[in-house]
Amino acid sequence: MEKIDMKPLYRIPQTLRYVPTHYCPGCGHGILHRVVAEVIDELGIRGKTIGIAPVGCAVIAYKYLDIDMMEAPHGRPPAVATGIKRVRPEKIVFTYQGDGDLLAIGMGELIHTALRGENITIIFINNSLYGMTGGQMAPTTLLGQITATTPYGRRIKEEGYPLDIMKTLSQFPGVAYLARGAITHPREVRKIKRYVKKAFQCQMEGKGFSLVEVLSPCPINLRKEPLEAMKWVEENLAKNFPPGEYKEL
Amino acid sequence: MSSSRILISGNEAVGEGAIKAGCRFYAGYPITPQNELTAYMAKRLPEVGGVFIQAESELAAINMVLGASAAGARAMTTSSSPGISLMQEAISYMAGMELPAVIVNIMRGGPGLGNIAGAQGDYFQATKGGGHGDYRLIVLAPSCVQEMADFTQKAFYLAFKYKNPVMVLADGYLGQMMEPAEIKEFNFEDDSPSWRLDGAEGREPRLFRSLYLPVEDLEGLNIRLQKKYTEMRREETWREYYTEDAEALLVAYGTCARVCREVVRLGREEGRKWGLFQPITLWPYPERRLKELGRKVSKVLVVEMSSGQMVEDVRRILGEEKVGFYGRMGGALPVKEEIWKKLI
Repeated sequence: MEKIDMKPLYRIPQTLRYVPTHYCPGCGHGILHRVVAEVIDELGIRGKTIGIAPVGCAVIAYKYLDIDMMEAPHGRPPAVATGIKRVRPEKIVFTYQGDGDLLAIGMGELIHTALRGENITIIFINNSLYGMTGGQMAPTTLLGQITATTPYGRRIKEEGYPLDIMKTLSQFPGVAYLARGAITHPREVRKIKRYVKKAFQCQMEGKGFSLVEVLSPCPINLRKEPLEAMKWVEENLAKNFPPGEYKEL
Repeated sequence: MSSSRILISGNEAVGEGAIKAGCRFYAGYPITPQNELTAYMAKRLPEVGGVFIQAESELAAINMVLGASAAGARAMTTSSSPGISLMQEAISYMAGMELPAVIVNIMRGGPGLGNIAGAQGDYFQATKGGGHGDYRLIVLAPSCVQEMADFTQKAFYLAFKYKNPVMVLADGYLGQMMEPAEIKEFNFEDDSPSWRLDGAEGREPRLFRSLYLPVEDLEGLNIRLQKKYTEMRREETWREYYTEDAEALLVAYGTCARVCREVVRLGREEGRKWGLFQPITLWPYPERRLKELGRKVSKVLVVEMSSGQMVEDVRRILGEEKVGFYGRMGGALPVKEEIWKKLI
């Protein structure tokens, strides 16, 4: 019989565990987990990477990522990552945080970790709200957006303005790499992967602080069908928070 | 050989003691009356290849320690009362994740911003939980500069022995005073290579967490932790001063124990049969020995720089009737003459 040389076209990344997901249908976390896992595989750093999970929907990210991991108190992953990285500077240390964890309760740690130019990577998933607790307003909730705690829509006079963290962080000299992607299309997901890879490489080269923001759909709390939610991210979230690379040293 | 005793402040003795016990990671935030300690670590840690970070807050400091500890370092943070309040959340996490760390509280007067004088108002917070959830810390209470160093070293040993945060509970007077002390090398083995996070190369990934969503899983963790806390009770430590034939017993820790020792000495000069029981571990509280001594004396007087916190433990152990209390608040020191009056 003739031998056919067959190459697999699809394979689960080694860093991603083959387990059932706890994320809701249409949620972007699964896609971003896979992106991170693929990048870790491709860079060959699975054995030297340490991840920190947030408090929020991704609190059990360690269930999916087959690497050394730990959880941190709400908002404190950048401080925890700092402690790990300073003790083990030869390892790759990253945090995976949502908009509430990173930009509300954890703002102080984020700013000062970035100011120190701490050589870590932050994967920041922005779905414009608090997913796990039922869709409350986050620092990234858009003006007029209805959430559980902005039933009349986010109003400037009451709740103030949403935060574009790229604008804040890009001015810090210790920040080496900044990019923002959006989970809206396979083409865009491939871009996210490129950004995440660059961020990890930036850390491997010792250049300093890197952060990749990823706009992501939360169909359950946006009260939309998965495709509609993705469309909302493209037409609303991405309009206010434009994707692209913001800084590269 | 000449003595290697040096004249050093209590705060700096904590720092040097820690370094000689292998502490190689420190994160802290300025607060009086413990600032000499943070400055000491900033100077000394780089000399021994360690890491010093001035954190942006006590929240960040304790969480940096949490990360460093997970990475296997002998890590410490120090602060004073208001700062220690801010650290309680992460201390609870460390207890839940079973991570070792040393936390030093150079107590000051409270509540609120209070003042910067030494006080003992954080006894409840240190020994009864402080943070959320069912957990315990071993709490060591030094009463002189030598013990500031020695107990910090012991705290590192115990933290790694039990994989649990350990607190050194001192006060502003002990932190600021200078006394001769000999700070020796303190070597001990720890098993951190078998649990630390250092990349899963050639082994199964490791995980530190305190999240256990299924009720039976979280109850399981708690049962395991409580078993450990029962084992930790073996570490009960105390000191006695003229207790053999004592008819009246003073009970005090830290700075108050110094004052009480002097009262006992003066009383003995006049033939008064007074003694002092000084707990070294505030948790686990040295209950058995106190109970034995309590049976033999006709009077017990607890002296604290608080409205009466440890006295609740002493009354729990010895009953209400026998146990009197004398306390000063707001950073005031107990007065010898007042203690004397309450004893006679």
